[in-house]
Amino acid sequence: MTTETHSGSMGKDLIVYVFLLVLAAAQFVIAYQDISASQMFVRMLAVAIIEAGLALLFFMHLAENRGLMWFVLIFLVAVALGLQYGWTDAFRLSNGVPWAR
Amino acid sequence: MSQADLSIHGQVSRSEATEVMTAPTFHVPAKKMAMWLFIIADSMTFAGCLVAYGFVRNATPNWPRPFHSVTNVAIMTFILLTSSLTMLIGLRSAQKGDKAGAFRWTMVTAALGILFAVLHIREWMGMIAEGATLFHNPWGTPLFSSLFFSVTGLHLTHVTGGVIALIAVAIRYQGGRYGADDLEITGLYWHFVDLVWMFVVPLIYLLNLSH
Repeated sequence: MTTETHSGSMGKDLIVYVFLLVLAAAQFVIAYQDISASQMFVRMLAVAIIEAGLALLFFMHLAENRGLMWFVLIFLVAVALGLQYGWTDAFRLSNGVPWAR
Repeated sequence: MSQADLSIHGQVSRSEATEVMTAPTFHVPAKKMAMWLFIIADSMTFAGCLVAYGFVRNATPNWPRPFHSVTNVAIMTFILLTSSLTMLIGLRSAQKGDKAGAFRWTMVTAALGILFAVLHIREWMGMIAEGATLFHNPWGTPLFSSLFFSVTGLHLTHVTGGVIALIAVAIRYQGGRYGADDLEITGLYWHFVDLVWMFVVPLIYLLNLSH
């Protein structure tokens, strides 16, 4: 089996690592902001998705293989979207049925 | 009609067909592709757990926010992110043919994984000492403890498995039985464990921080 070598350098890995540390720190800063839980959730999730994207593209070298990148992305997005069907029920349990009021 | 004639007439020769059938998907070696398929499947498991947690949290009134400090989880995050970097250093060393360096940095990664697990277990012990168990929660609904231990436990299981895999692959790499590609595949798994933690921290810890 041939060994793949990846383009890029240790310098690029270090830059991505520092970015990830900064983004992780940003999540902790958001946790102490005086905002609602839903706003906090949206901001933290946005930061987490950026972090995950950086890790996938550079640490896991998906940026170097477009075909594999789309393959992984399509699966992940399809599953993430598919799992959203339960939210309306969760809100019904917490807020009641709007049309019954 | 010879094979060459078949190719000329727009048909595929046997050798061409064999090449197409045996070509690696996306130019990725088979065992690396297997790891990617595992990662995709495992991400579905974690996504399912985190969405289930979100559902229960959203549907439960007076959800507890028991965490007073983020110091421990911040240190754990730093350790796990750093372990991804050391894994990359190990992989680059292996690809350059620096066997000793690759072995050393992979073992450093495993050591950071062990440190992460120790801090995690210490945190669990603290919570258990306060009365939190899988079926009991001193701060309110027992669902919080059930979900906290389930989701973080699933992640900790992955870290433990990753540490064992890193040590085993590093030893076999040192012994000449495995190559740099095997280190890379184990590294993919380790980065995935790191990636999952990026979602566990905000959803399980930071959103349950008491102000």
